[in-house]
Amino acid sequence: MSEERSRDTPEQAEFRSHCRAWLTANPLPDAPVRLPQSAIEIMHTAQLDYLREWQRLAYAAGLIGCDYPVAEGGGGRKDCQIVANQEMQRAGRPFLPNILGLGMAAPTIHLHGTQTVRETLLPRLFSCADIWCQGFSEPGAGSDLANVQTFAERRGERWVINGHKVWTSLAHFADWMILLARSDRTNKYEGMTYFVVPIKAELGRAVTVRPLIKITGETGFNEVFFDGLEIPDDYRVGAVGQGWQVAQTTLLHERGAGPMVTPSSGRGGDPDRQIADAYGLIDLARTSPRAGKTAADDPVLRDRIMQLIIRQEGSRQGARRARVPALCEHPQRIPLQAKLVMSEIRQDACALAMEIQGAASSFAFSDANAPDGGEWALGYMNSYGVTIAAGTNEIQRNILGERVLGLAKSK
Amino acid sequence: MTQPKDFGFDDDAAMLRDTARKFLADHLPTDKLHRLVAANSDPYRTPACDWDQNLWRQIVALGWTTVAVPEADGGMGMKLAALAGLAEEVGRAALPSPFIATALATLVLRECGGEPARKLLGEIATGRAATLATTPRSGAWEIDACAVRLEGGKLQGSAWFVQDARKADVLIVKAASADGIALCAVPVNSAGVDIVPDAIIDLTRDQAHVQFDNVAVAPGQVLAAPGKGAAALAAAEPALLTIIAADMCGAAEWLLQTTAEYARLREQFGHQIGYFQAVKHPLVNLMIALDQAKSLVYNAACAVDSEPERAPAYARMAKAAAADVAAYASNRAIQFHGGIGFTWECAVHLYTKRQKHNQMFYGDGSYQRAKLAELLMGAVGSGAAVGYSSP
Repeated sequence: MSEERSRDTPEQAEFRSHCRAWLTANPLPDAPVRLPQSAIEIMHTAQLDYLREWQRLAYAAGLIGCDYPVAEGGGGRKDCQIVANQEMQRAGRPFLPNILGLGMAAPTIHLHGTQTVRETLLPRLFSCADIWCQGFSEPGAGSDLANVQTFAERRGERWVINGHKVWTSLAHFADWMILLARSDRTNKYEGMTYFVVPIKAELGRAVTVRPLIKITGETGFNEVFFDGLEIPDDYRVGAVGQGWQVAQTTLLHERGAGPMVTPSSGRGGDPDRQIADAYGLIDLARTSPRAGKTAADDPVLRDRIMQLIIRQEGSRQGARRARVPALCEHPQRIPLQAKLVMSEIRQDACALAMEIQGAASSFAFSDANAPDGGEWALGYMNSYGVTIAAGTNEIQRNILGERVLGLAKSK
Repeated sequence: MTQPKDFGFDDDAAMLRDTARKFLADHLPTDKLHRLVAANSDPYRTPACDWDQNLWRQIVALGWTTVAVPEADGGMGMKLAALAGLAEEVGRAALPSPFIATALATLVLRECGGEPARKLLGEIATGRAATLATTPRSGAWEIDACAVRLEGGKLQGSAWFVQDARKADVLIVKAASADGIALCAVPVNSAGVDIVPDAIIDLTRDQAHVQFDNVAVAPGQVLAAPGKGAAALAAAEPALLTIIAADMCGAAEWLLQTTAEYARLREQFGHQIGYFQAVKHPLVNLMIALDQAKSLVYNAACAVDSEPERAPAYARMAKAAAADVAAYASNRAIQFHGGIGFTWECAVHLYTKRQKHNQMFYGDGSYQRAKLAELLMGAVGSGAAVGYSSP
């Protein structure tokens, strides 16, 4: 629906016109290669180069970092990123590749970083001159993130990093990493410190990046090993021992509940297949044979499609309601649900799509016979990346139960 | 048409809702509600009609019955989101009153037009309670399902599942005639009207079936002439579903918060039971489902006012989501209260029973989804590509 325009502020309205005019005047050429479904599945430089150029152009046009201060490379606007996002999505543009930078590193640096770090690193992050990754999880620190053991040892004005990070999306392309490290082994929660770390320059020396292969066969995430990487104290974000508090800002944004709106453009995969949308199940059902008729004639499948559409519409309207404080019982109640709900709707929609496709769901996306380009089945496999990442959905339920309903902490 | 971002829920609506919440918390706390409606636990008790008429007079004085009445007819003429806000509070308090029944009648009357309907709207604004008598014995919610005939100015037949019939002053009767469906206003004390109370599970309302035996209908009682009634009912249906769904969301919020409070108090194995994820995670799932239902309620309410072409589908979504969450909230609330939750003494069953009633009233989740599928996908076997795509 086109509700967005109806109550734009004057600044938003003017900015929306700018976005539309620029997007209309600057069509994006077709991708030279098949794009993955999201930034965390980028495998090849051919994919990356195309997407990187798109982000660079969008930033140059003022569509990225709109609400950040001008001194940090932002647009100095108020509540305009959401407008840019709506217009980029409306224009059908692909996703932005530097998603971990835009979604997590940028708000954390903006809210906790030193002036030098903010002003030198953020413009390059927004323009995609630097790609960013997130060094949080470790083999022994998954759901129990505060158990990180990667150690930052202070030596005068420098720090020496040793350890092992895992599930590090985009590390194979990344210039920089946001790093949560232990700086004090005697204190679990007060013993962590947060850094920004240049990793590319030390690749093959103090930094090793080893790709991991996902269940889809795609790469995109990695293990990262630190072997005595030295960084200056200038790259510390927040006080020594305050890393856990700083990380909460990152995690809040990763879960879609932070104060800074993440620049977000669109989806990847086949641009003609709107598979992320549960409404797409209707068309799929109409064209999928079932018991001598179509899947759209099967009452059970009709009911299940409606259940998903209702959940999706409920979630979409929830995002709208979250911006109407008078209709919210608790300010974090809907925002903290965002990643959990979106990821489960996506997973369930893709699984249902495969059932609707029946035998044809067996075709991989690399097979020309795959219905809808095989995107639903691929989406199903990839959906676990989101139900597990950013704190598993089980951890999200703990957080919601504890922070919103006041239930006793499970840990 | 486009919807306003705030669902039409403006400062006045928020003030009305907040005032209602405080008023009901002050005047009908849960223990008082229990004393009011659950004094008699005898399964064979005669059908009850327990309510606080003094409270109802205060509610009328506060203007709640005028919220959805157009200004031209003496009401406040507020957006449907404002009425949904009130209905949520009524559900949260499980208020026994003719408020919801009268609100639903008001929403039908708004669609009738004409002098008799406008006159009755004005009377509702000053405290006359009304209820719909539009459903046959089969419980079919479809508009063409009707077991009352209108012939020669007389009503004959029966209407069932009439909500809060013994609290109402006037019935809005759906009647079939040779020229189609009509709607008539029939005062409950009219000659030939026999209101037979039903024994029902829900303690927070009364229900009856009504026999019409040669009941005379004067021209001034015809709200929608034969052939016009079906359109009025169809136009009002999205709003009816939305308000019933709002009541369920309010009650589900009470169930959620009450159960969460119990999970913070009750200790077993040395922990508050909310510590255990077998309790914590279902409560979070309930909260998530409730938030989706509530968001869909305000979306549907807003669509009724601002995007009527989408209101039928959005209202089906709201009622489906709310019906399912009503059932789930009740189920987990009793279970997590343990043995005490299974007793008459605990207030949870009052809400569980109200939720069960509203879950089925005007169609449960699977019924709503079947209707929604017809709107979005066309009828089964139609093969038709209905032009209703993603918003």
